[in-house]
Amino acid sequence: MAKTVKAIVISGNGTNCEREVAHACRLAGAEADIVHISELLTGRVDLNDYHFLNLAGGFLDGDDLGSAKAGANRLLHAQVTGSADSLATQLQHFIAAGKLVMGVCNGFQLLVKMGLLPAIDGNIQQTCTLTHNDSGRFEDRWCRLKVDSASPCVFTQGLENLYLPVRHGEGKFVTTDVNTLQQLENHHLTVMKYADQQFQPTLNYPENPNGSLAAIAGICDQTGRLFGLMPHPEAYIHRTHHPRWTREDLPEEGMGLWLYQNAVNFIQQELL
Amino acid sequence: MAWRIVVGLKKDVKDARGEQIKRQIKNHLNIDLPAVRTLDVYTLDAVLSAAEVELAAAGPFSDPVIQEYAINHPLANAFDMLIEVGFRPGVTDNTGRTAKEAIQYLTGRPFTTGEAVYTSTQYLFSGLTDKSMAEKIASDFLANGLIQHWTILSADELDPQVGVPATVPKVVSDKAPTVRTLNLQLSDQELLDISRQGMLALNLEEMHKIKDYIANPHVVFERLKVGLGDGLTDVELEALAQSWSEHCKHKIFAAKIEYEDEAGNLQLIDSLFKTYIVGATAKVRENLGAADFCLSVFKDNAGVIEFNDDWSVVFKVETHNSPSALDPYGGALTGIVGVNRDGVGTGMGARLIFNTDVFCFASPFFKKELPPRLLHPRRIFEGVVEGVEHGGNKSGIPTINGSIVFDERYAGKPLVYCGTAALMPRLLHGKPSHDKMVLVGDHIVMTGGRIGKDGIHGATFSSEELHEGSPVTAVQIGDPITQRKMFDFLLIARDRGLYNSLTDNGAGGLSSSVGEMAEDTGGFELHLDRAPLKYPGLQPWEILISEAQERMTLAVPEEKLEAFISLATEMDVEATDLGIFTDSGYFHCLYEGKTVSYLGMDFVHEGVPQLVIPAKWQPKELSEPDFAQPEDLANELKQLLSRLNICSKESVVRRYDHEVQAGTVIKPLVGVVNDGPSDAAVFRPLLDSFEGVVVAHGICPNYSDIDTYHMMACAIDEGLRNYVSVGGDIDHVAGLDNFCWCDPVESEKTPDGRHKAAQLVRANQALYDYCVAYGVPLISGKDSMKNDYQIGGNKISIPPTVLFSVIGKIADARKAVSMDVKRPGDLVYLLGLTADELGGSEYYAQHDELGSQVPQVNAAQALLRYRTLNQAQQQGLIASCHDLSDGGLGVALAESAFAGGFGMQIDLSLVDTNTAIREDKLLFSESQSRLLVTIHPEHNKTFEEMFVTQSCHCIGQVVDNGDLIINGLQGQSLIQQSLEQLKQAWQAPLREM
Repeated sequence: MAKTVKAIVISGNGTNCEREVAHACRLAGAEADIVHISELLTGRVDLNDYHFLNLAGGFLDGDDLGSAKAGANRLLHAQVTGSADSLATQLQHFIAAGKLVMGVCNGFQLLVKMGLLPAIDGNIQQTCTLTHNDSGRFEDRWCRLKVDSASPCVFTQGLENLYLPVRHGEGKFVTTDVNTLQQLENHHLTVMKYADQQFQPTLNYPENPNGSLAAIAGICDQTGRLFGLMPHPEAYIHRTHHPRWTREDLPEEGMGLWLYQNAVNFIQQELL
Repeated sequence: MAWRIVVGLKKDVKDARGEQIKRQIKNHLNIDLPAVRTLDVYTLDAVLSAAEVELAAAGPFSDPVIQEYAINHPLANAFDMLIEVGFRPGVTDNTGRTAKEAIQYLTGRPFTTGEAVYTSTQYLFSGLTDKSMAEKIASDFLANGLIQHWTILSADELDPQVGVPATVPKVVSDKAPTVRTLNLQLSDQELLDISRQGMLALNLEEMHKIKDYIANPHVVFERLKVGLGDGLTDVELEALAQSWSEHCKHKIFAAKIEYEDEAGNLQLIDSLFKTYIVGATAKVRENLGAADFCLSVFKDNAGVIEFNDDWSVVFKVETHNSPSALDPYGGALTGIVGVNRDGVGTGMGARLIFNTDVFCFASPFFKKELPPRLLHPRRIFEGVVEGVEHGGNKSGIPTINGSIVFDERYAGKPLVYCGTAALMPRLLHGKPSHDKMVLVGDHIVMTGGRIGKDGIHGATFSSEELHEGSPVTAVQIGDPITQRKMFDFLLIARDRGLYNSLTDNGAGGLSSSVGEMAEDTGGFELHLDRAPLKYPGLQPWEILISEAQERMTLAVPEEKLEAFISLATEMDVEATDLGIFTDSGYFHCLYEGKTVSYLGMDFVHEGVPQLVIPAKWQPKELSEPDFAQPEDLANELKQLLSRLNICSKESVVRRYDHEVQAGTVIKPLVGVVNDGPSDAAVFRPLLDSFEGVVVAHGICPNYSDIDTYHMMACAIDEGLRNYVSVGGDIDHVAGLDNFCWCDPVESEKTPDGRHKAAQLVRANQALYDYCVAYGVPLISGKDSMKNDYQIGGNKISIPPTVLFSVIGKIADARKAVSMDVKRPGDLVYLLGLTADELGGSEYYAQHDELGSQVPQVNAAQALLRYRTLNQAQQQGLIASCHDLSDGGLGVALAESAFAGGFGMQIDLSLVDTNTAIREDKLLFSESQSRLLVTIHPEHNKTFEEMFVTQSCHCIGQVVDNGDLIINGLQGQSLIQQSLEQLKQAWQAPLREM
C-alpha cells in the first residue's frame, strides 16, 4: 500500500482559506491537517512530519503594513518554544528536504516577501513584490491563465490553460529590475500569466486584473517545488464553483484541483 | 522623543492610491490636480535604539523592491502642498497596533505601558497652492474631523531637516477614577436636564421610575449594607440608561399602541413585537407542526433554524445607521464585524459562513446644498462600501447578497444593513448547541479587544435623532483581525467544552452583555478595575458601558478557567477574569473592592415603563397620473435601466470577496460574461455536501409613501420570489425583519407622530398576515426607530423602510437556477398576472409621479406558484428564472437577455391581465409575485401541465440575434434595441464608483 501524502495548511492571524485548501488536498488524495500557527510555535506540531506545506489566502495581520509584511516578519523572528530555530529556519529545512510548498494569494505574498520566491540561485534576498492593483481596489474576478509548459513547476506539469478567480487588492507583480525579470523568464519560473480570450498573456485590464509586470500571475523557484500564485486554485475544484456552471457543459472536477493532484502525484513518486 | 519613519514609493513606481485620491478629488470637489502622491508615516512613541528603528524601517515597514524610507527626516519632495492626516487620541489605529507587534517580534521585547505606534498618511499635491483649498480638501474629503486631525504645510513651510513635526496622539487623562453619587430627589426639569446633558436618552417617566426606586426605604436599607445609600451612582444611572435605551429595550415595539383606523375603529395593541412578530411565528410554527424547522427564535443574538440532521444555520441582520452617518467607513466596518459577533455569539457559538449587505443612500450625484453636519451622499457611499469591504474580506467571510436603494431622504440618515449567517453543529457534547445556560459560580470572562472610550453612549445616541451635540465618542473603528483571532480561539474553546455560555459586547458593552447573561442565574459580581484598558484614565462607568469592539463575554466554570485562559494566551488572544455570576438578585459592580452599583436585577430588566403611543391611520388623498403613453418606449426602458435603483452595482460587488470559503454556487454576478444581476445567492456551507443555503431579500420603501401595509407585503413577496427564483425551497424558509423608521412618537418635534405610528402598525399587520399566509416564521430581527435628522428648523425623515431578509435551503445546489437566458430557441414564460399597479413604481418616479395604485400581493396564488416552480426546478425543466421587481417586465426581459447574451422576441398581447392595460404600463407595472422563466421547447408540455390552473403564459422566445424585440398589443414593433445599448444604459451610472 502506498504511504500517505501528508499536507499541512497553516491557519491563524488572518488566514482565511485554510478549510477549502485542506479540502482540495484531501480530494487530491492527501491527508490534510489544518494547524494553527500557535501549534507550530509551541513546538507541538512539527513541520517535518509533512510533505506538502500550504500557505493559504487571507489577510495576515490585516495586511496592515502591506500585504503579508507583518506575517513575514513574524515567521522570520518568532521563536519556536523548545527549539533554537525560528519558524523561518524550520521552513528552510523543509524546503531543503525537497518538499513541496504552495502559497496562494496571501500565501504567495508571504513567500515573496520572505525572499523564498523566486530565490534565484539560492539567494533569499527579496527581489520581487506584489503590490497594489493598478485599479487601487480589491477585486474579485475570474481570469484566464496561460501556463508555461516549459516551467519546472511540479504543480502545473501537463497543464496549459486555466480559468481561476483572483480576489485581491495587492496582486500586481513587480521585480526590482529588468534583470530579475529576465532571469525569471529564462529559467521559465513565470509559471502562469494572465491571458486574453485567445489565451495569450495580456497587460490589458481587466483580463490582467492588477497590472502585473509581463502579466505574471504565479512564479516558482528553480526546483519547481516552491510555487506561489495570486489566483485561487482551491476555489475551483468542482464545476459548481465555475461562474457559468448553470450554462456550460463542464467536467465534474474543477481545473484548480489539477494543481493539487500534480502535487500529490509528485510526492508519491519522489518523496515516499 | 518620538521617532518618525516615513515610507514612500520609489521613483517610477505607480502610486495607485495617490491616483485614486486624485480621481476622487476631481469627482467630489471638482478640483483637477496634476498629481497626488502618498506617503505612510509611523510615529514610534517608545524607547528604541537607532539600530532597532532602522531594522523596523527596512524590514516590516517597507518593501525594498518598491519603497524607500526616511527616519526623522522628510521624504517629501517636489510638491506644492502637503497634508498629513492622523488619528485623534483614542481612535482605533489598526495599522499602528500591527506595527507595534512587528517591532516587538524584531526586538524580542514587549512595549511598556503607554508606548505605542501611531500611523498617519501624507498626501503630496502638485498644483495646489491655495491653503484654503487645501483645508477644504482635508476637511471635506481626506479626513473626518470627528476621528482625525490634519496638518497642512506648503512646500516652503516644510523644514528640510525635520519634516513634519512629530505629534503623538496619546490619550492623556489626569482624572483619577471616581464615582459620583447623584441625588435624584429633584424637579422634573432638573431630572430631564440630567438625562439630556448626560446623553442618557431617558424620558421623564423613566427618570421618575428611577427616582422612586432609589427613594424606596427597602432598597436604601439593602444599599446601606454594601456601602451605598439613597443616592444613585453614576455607574448605576449609566447602566440603566443603556439597559432602558430604545436600542436595547425596543420600547416602541414594546409599547401599548392606541390605534385608530380610517373608519374610526379603535384597537389597543399591547406590543407590536409580541402581537405581530412573535405572534406570526407562533402561528406559523403551530401550522407547520412536525415540519417546524425553527430551533431558536427571538431569545438569542440571532435566530437558528435546522439545516440538516447534523447542522443548523444561524442568521442575523443588524443596522448601523447613526454611526455610519458620522463616519461612514468606521460605522459600516463596525456594523459588519459587530453583526458577525452576533452570529458567533449565538447558542454555544457558530462559524460564520457569509455576509449580506443592503444600503439606502441619497444619490451620490446629489447636487443640492447639504444641511449642517451631513456628509455628502457620495462620501457616505464610498466610505460605507469600503467599510463593509474591509469588514467582510479581511474576516474571510464572503459577501454574497445585497442591494443599494436610493432615495433623497436618506441624505438625512443613510441606512446600513449588515447581515451574517453562521453554521453550528446540532449537538455539542451531547446537548443542543443552540441553547446555553450560565451557572451560578461561573466566572465572567471578557475576551478579545481592550476597553477604551470608543463607543461610549452608542446605544443611547442611536436612540435619538442626529443632532448638533451627537457625540464623537459614538464613532468606533472595527478591527477585523483581532476579532478573527478571537473567533479562531472561541471555536476551539467551544469544541473543548471550556465555557457554558457566551455573548457579544455590542450596544451597552459589559453592562448589557453581563447583565443579560446574568438573567440565567439572577445576579453577578463584576470587578470593573480588572478590565484591561487601552489607556489609563477611564472612569468606572465608562468601563461598564464602553462599546469598544471585538469583545465577547463568556461564562467559564471554575474548573475550566485555567485551560480557557491558557489556550487564549497561546493563541495570542486576551482573556480576563472579571468576576462571578451569582444568584444574589443584584446587578453588582465593584471598583477596587468598593461597590459602585447595586441595582435589583428585576429593576434593571423589567423596570422600564411601557410607552403609550397614539396612532391614527388616514390614507393620503392620492391619484393616478394622467400622462399619455410616451412615443419612444425603448428610450423609456433605457432610462429605467439607468435609474440608480435598477442599474448595475457591479463596481461595488467586485470589491467584496464573494467566493472565499469556496461555497458560493449562485454568485451575485452571473451570465455569459459574469455581469448579470443574480436574484439571490446559493451557498454550500459543507464542502463535502451539495446541500445549499439560499439567501435573498426584499426592500421597497417606494411603496411606503402610499401605504406601508402593501410596502411590507411587497417586501416579503420580493424576498421570497428572489429566493425561489434560484431554487430555494419555499417550504423551508425563514424570514428576518429589520424596521428602520422615523420617530413615530407624537411630540413637539414630531407633530405627525400619529400618522408615522399608524404606518408602523400597518406594516406590522401585513408582516403578520403575509408571514402566516406564506408559512414563513420570523426568527430574529431588529428595529431602528429614530432615523431622522434635525438641526434647527431643518428636518429630514427617511421613508419607512423594512428590509425583509429570507434564509432557507436547497436540497441539492446542483439544481439551482440562474437568471440569464441560456440558448436561442428557448421559450419565454411569464408566471403571474400583470395588473395596473404602478403606484410607487420606478416608471412613475421617472415621470416625477407617485400614483396611487400600489401593488398588492395575493399570497395564496403566489405560494402555489412558488411551490410549482420548485417542482419544475427539481425536475430540471427551468433554463433561467428571473424575478420581476423594479421596472417590471421590461427591465426583467432586458436583464435576462443581456446577462445571457441572446436576444428575445416578445409579444405583449400574450401577457396575462384581467383588464385592458396600455403598453407602457404592461411593460413597467410592478405587480408582485411574477417570474420570468425560460425553458427548452422540449419541456413545454410538461411545464404547462404543471401550471395548468395558474397564470402561466408563453410570451415569446429567445432568439439568436443581439436584439430585444418587443411587439405591442396590435402586433406593431414597440421596442427593438441591441443588447449592447441596453447593457450600456444599465452599466453606465455607477461604473466609476
